Amino acid sequence: MAEPAIELVGIDKRFGAVHANRDIYMRVEKGTIHGIIGENGAGKSTLMSILYGFYQADSGEIRINGQATRIADPNAAIALGIGMVHQHFMLVEKFTVLENVMLGVEGAPLLKNGISKARAELKRLEREYQLDVDPDALIEELPVGLQQRVEILKALYRGAEILVLDEPTGVLTPPEADHLFRILEQLKSQGKTIVLITHKLREIMAVTDNVSVMRQGAVVATRKTEETTVEELAELMVGRRVLLRVQKGEAKPGDIKLSVENLTVRDSRGVVMVDDASFTVRAGEIVGIAGVAGNGQSQLIETIAGIRAAVSGRVLLDGQIIDITGAADPGELRDRGLAHVPEDRHHMGLVLAFEEYENSILGYHDDPLYLNGPFLDLEAIKADARKKIEKYDIRPGDPRLKTANFSGGNQQKIVLAREMERDPGVLIIGQPTRGVDVGAIEFIHKRIIEMRDAGKAVLLVSVELDEIRSLSDRILVMFAGRIVGERDSDADEGELGLLMAGVEHKEAAE
Amino acid sequence: MSQPFAKLPAWADYGLLPLINLIVAFLVAGLVVLLVGESPIDAAVLMVKGAFGSGDGVGYTLYYATNFIFTGLCVAVAFHCGLFNIGGEGQAYIGGLGVSLVGLWLGNFLPWWLTFPLAILASALVGALWALIPAWLQAKRGSHVVITTIMFNFIAASIMVYVLVGVLKPAGSQAPETRVFAEGGQLPGLGWLLELVGLSMRSAPLNVSFLLALVAAFLVWVLIWRTKLGYEIRTMGFSPKAARYAGISELRIIIITMMISGALAGMMALNPIMGAQHRMQLDFVAGAGFVGIAVALMGRSHPAGIVLAAILFGMLYQGGAEIAFDMPNISRDMIVIIQGLVILFAGALEHMFRPSLQRIFYRLGRAKNRTAAAVIAGGNQ
Repeated sequence: MAEPAIELVGIDKRFGAVHANRDIYMRVEKGTIHGIIGENGAGKSTLMSILYGFYQADSGEIRINGQATRIADPNAAIALGIGMVHQHFMLVEKFTVLENVMLGVEGAPLLKNGISKARAELKRLEREYQLDVDPDALIEELPVGLQQRVEILKALYRGAEILVLDEPTGVLTPPEADHLFRILEQLKSQGKTIVLITHKLREIMAVTDNVSVMRQGAVVATRKTEETTVEELAELMVGRRVLLRVQKGEAKPGDIKLSVENLTVRDSRGVVMVDDASFTVRAGEIVGIAGVAGNGQSQLIETIAGIRAAVSGRVLLDGQIIDITGAADPGELRDRGLAHVPEDRHHMGLVLAFEEYENSILGYHDDPLYLNGPFLDLEAIKADARKKIEKYDIRPGDPRLKTANFSGGNQQKIVLAREMERDPGVLIIGQPTRGVDVGAIEFIHKRIIEMRDAGKAVLLVSVELDEIRSLSDRILVMFAGRIVGERDSDADEGELGLLMAGVEHKEAAE
Repeated sequence: MSQPFAKLPAWADYGLLPLINLIVAFLVAGLVVLLVGESPIDAAVLMVKGAFGSGDGVGYTLYYATNFIFTGLCVAVAFHCGLFNIGGEGQAYIGGLGVSLVGLWLGNFLPWWLTFPLAILASALVGALWALIPAWLQAKRGSHVVITTIMFNFIAASIMVYVLVGVLKPAGSQAPETRVFAEGGQLPGLGWLLELVGLSMRSAPLNVSFLLALVAAFLVWVLIWRTKLGYEIRTMGFSPKAARYAGISELRIIIITMMISGALAGMMALNPIMGAQHRMQLDFVAGAGFVGIAVALMGRSHPAGIVLAAILFGMLYQGGAEIAFDMPNISRDMIVIIQGLVILFAGALEHMFRPSLQRIFYRLGRAKNRTAAAVIAGGNQ
């Protein structure tokens, strides 16, 4: 057998307490398309960043074409013939295609000679790989699919033999994605090696020759694509981990507390993020929204919580309409009994530079309980913070400690304590245990169940399918902004996985 | 991400680091002095003596410091909201309009202790209104305050030229300034304060505005760390997303913060106009608005730090004048160079030595841990 294009042996990488890559072995054959699949945070991007020289592995070896190498920085990677197409493009918007392609490899202080040479080379590449782009078009005027093509051209122009694409279809429409796959096939037939990072099963099945599945920083399996199935990959990806045993009785759903009707949300670029979503949440039940990250869950809960404006649709809290057209006032919604544990606790749920007690009132700082006229009643706030610290076992139990110095789990407890202790009627929770240590997960899950049993309506969003399944009384699956299915909590894991990957949705549409 | 460097202890962050910056600035400044053929040591002695060696020296130093406290606070308050208000110069200049109108009019028949509070209100109001326009443009239209406030400095300067050569100039006068205020428009000096420490002030213009500046510094501390508004300002400054989540109106906070910032700058006009010259002259701000930026940076946006930094810059101004007077080779412009070096090292390059200092502390910390571990291990044996 020929030397593999890439061989990663025993790659290990930690970021502080996070073990991002665990003793990884991976072999990518020359002239193949190799898929790496896994949920968000499984360590795919870290691994590729190590390959591209952004990070250095703590231990392990990288072999390119059989040669052990040290990749100190991206320049070294480029010299070895590794090209990377990032999820977020690294293009100068105000430059033309040609200028972007030759950026950094201009060849001479005066551009004149370089330009004509680059133009000729670009023409050749475009012909050879059928990557048609107008070299004189401005990047900002090109659609996303073509911008991506420029990224690929950039890599090829630098002599890439190995091309790494990080979630390349995340920003593409389905036809654009199909076109991209044809380009990848073309590149493969010319002898290039391609590594495709994705969390979409459909893409893996469509274009790859081999696929490695990553979970929690480790490669859990490598398969030949033709010998595996979507079901098997979904299982491997989500993991057959034992469900965390959550003590949970029968739900006793009461009145409808939160009702979402035909909600449509666009992001700042005008892309539809939530597409005609409708559902209800009753008192005393937990409704879980499952889905791969980036399918509109974040936008959905931010809209309900009044942070983001919707294009159309209605949201009713206790039967009363929330004004979502101009983004409601989150403060007013809090007064009406809607609490929100945001997905992004580092930037939204907390101010990391604040001391703990200051964060314990974020959003509720208007409450006269914490105020003496215009002044903060520091004693009352700290006493209140101490009570929450005790009840939620937040460690270290020091309200004067800077929030950034708490661990992820304890930071999350600060947010949960703040939102839950207000006794809200409706609780929206995004990613309750992301980046949270195992010990805290159980505690957090118990609290969420307690909220339900106390008759609160809980809307839960998580990319952890296990978590959704063990906590929810009903499960909604979101894919591409749509709610594509509703299942009971005992729904089959594989079936949910397929719904999340949009498989059944696609078949149903056809 | 892993944090490669240990966090600096507070005393090193707020004490040692500024001190290192300052020493380097003075070393480089000393080289400049050497270059023009004067002794840097003599110059340093002259500067310190000039600034603190006599009652008048101290009076002048604190008089300048008063200006810088106000403008430093102006910059700091905006910093806490994540805004960079570099329009303190213009806000102070236009604030002079408020002071002068009160001084010219009410100064004729009210005693100073009644004119003073009214002048404070007038100067603060005018400064705040001058900051309101850039604030509104930032909050509503996203026009960056750095751009708009600096442009408003020019507008303010032009308006004041118009006012001082036309509207407020007494008939027949050749100078672009108002008439001298009547007694009620003149603030009393603080000679008695210096006498308490055994210094006598004869001609220095130190006046009660200095006390007002200290009160303002205290009130800013209360505002930022002890009020709900300050909490909202800091939340916005650290994380606009968290502010949105918490239901804090960005529009409201930006406008209020900028108006407070502008009001503080506006109050600076009290010191030279009512306190020293007893009239408004052309260009009375004389760059204090910009020095305020360096003062706020050096004082880490904390009122206590700002008062100290302001006194330092007051010393540079006063002591620098003494050097220019006594050393023929050193002109007024040389002093500006030295002041510029201090601003460069203490302000713009304030983080230059941070990484090395962090490394040193990291190594020290590790060494200490090792020793401690060895001691424990040794104890167990």
